[in-house]
Amino acid sequence: MSQGLLAILFGAIFVNNILLMRFLGLCPFFGVSTRFSTAIGMSSAVLFVMTFATWITWGIYQLVLVPGSVLLGGILPQGLVFLRTVSFILVIAALVQLVEMFLKKTVPVLYSALGIYLPLITTNCAILGVAFLVIDNKFGFLQGTIFAIGTAFGFGLVMILFAALRERLELAPISKSFRGYPIAFIAAALVSIAFLGFTNMFGISP
Amino acid sequence: MSADVKNPDFTQKETKESLLSPKPKGESGWKIFSKGIILENPVLILMLGLCPVLATSTTARDAAGMSAAVLFVLLMSNIVVSLFRKIIPNEVRIPVFIVIIATFVTIADYTMQAYQPGLYKVLGIFVPLIVVNCIVLGRAEGFAYHNGVWPSILDALGKAIGFALAIVIMGSIREILSKGTWFTLKIAPEAFQKNAVLFFGLPPGAFLVIGLLKAGINKIFKREG
Repeated sequence: MSQGLLAILFGAIFVNNILLMRFLGLCPFFGVSTRFSTAIGMSSAVLFVMTFATWITWGIYQLVLVPGSVLLGGILPQGLVFLRTVSFILVIAALVQLVEMFLKKTVPVLYSALGIYLPLITTNCAILGVAFLVIDNKFGFLQGTIFAIGTAFGFGLVMILFAALRERLELAPISKSFRGYPIAFIAAALVSIAFLGFTNMFGISP
Repeated sequence: MSADVKNPDFTQKETKESLLSPKPKGESGWKIFSKGIILENPVLILMLGLCPVLATSTTARDAAGMSAAVLFVLLMSNIVVSLFRKIIPNEVRIPVFIVIIATFVTIADYTMQAYQPGLYKVLGIFVPLIVVNCIVLGRAEGFAYHNGVWPSILDALGKAIGFALAIVIMGSIREILSKGTWFTLKIAPEAFQKNAVLFFGLPPGAFLVIGLLKAGINKIFKREG
């Protein structure tokens, strides 16, 4: 409860940006950020799944796993904290499947926009990483939700910024051995330097 | 043991998966082992599992700790997956792999927390996050599920050493430039240590170092991308 909600939101978007400062979710970042449209699709899918996954994993941790929990406190006073990794990854994998099926049946428009990105998200370490960070930072439900949404917006911001950059890079005359990944890394280093400027905004350091 | 390489379980898996996961046809043990270190280095050539490489390579010691955790998880999950490869049904293999990997990740997580609390604090959530590392799941799916125990051990060792090589090189470069030390040994002159290039210890430094490293490798191996 030490941090205000606004500080959590802006901290997650800028100061501790998930891609450039925390290094989570880099595979989709470098894999999908080559086109503007795919970057937007991927970011929306991440926003969607990250919020849901944080709610569900937070609920499981607080209701089932934590020592003295509501559901199992009477039977297992020590709690089941050691099952955190196993349960979170399985829940996220199942959740992605459910979201996919639900969208296909009810909102086909959204499904056709996000469909191909959803399976990729299961192995996206950003989703699981945020679930762990919410637990490690001892966030409550509202703080966790704000943190997840802020992180997803930070992901989207950098993803879209970077997609625009990479569309230009493809046309630039670059020496052969720097094409593709190396120049993307170096561009990421430059964008990351810009994000260092946000350090200590709202009194939050990375 | 070498007969195992030819995949005795031909019936179900072969038809569906032959395109997805090419099997080593009569490859020698040494070749399986050595492939992962240079030619198919999971990090520097295939660009897999980048998150821990960038995040935990601030110093060479952190990098070595991370590689030890990855080595343990990769080796144990490859052994278990190859032992049970004929029992695991094809349809639910991915969830089964994830549970096996997550079990060993939890063991590594708690062991490190108990015996190396300082290192654990630095590595943070990247130890439990080995569970979503594409290298580990990729080897279970692409190799251990189709091969015997001994080739799977060799494959896991090769890939883990390849991963360790990449991350320790990154960690060494960043530690020497940002602190003037290597594995906490003072190797640079006093004057350099006082005015070290702090930039390389910060997140942008990680991107820059791996970018230049990858460009150098592309140049040497005459690759692109």
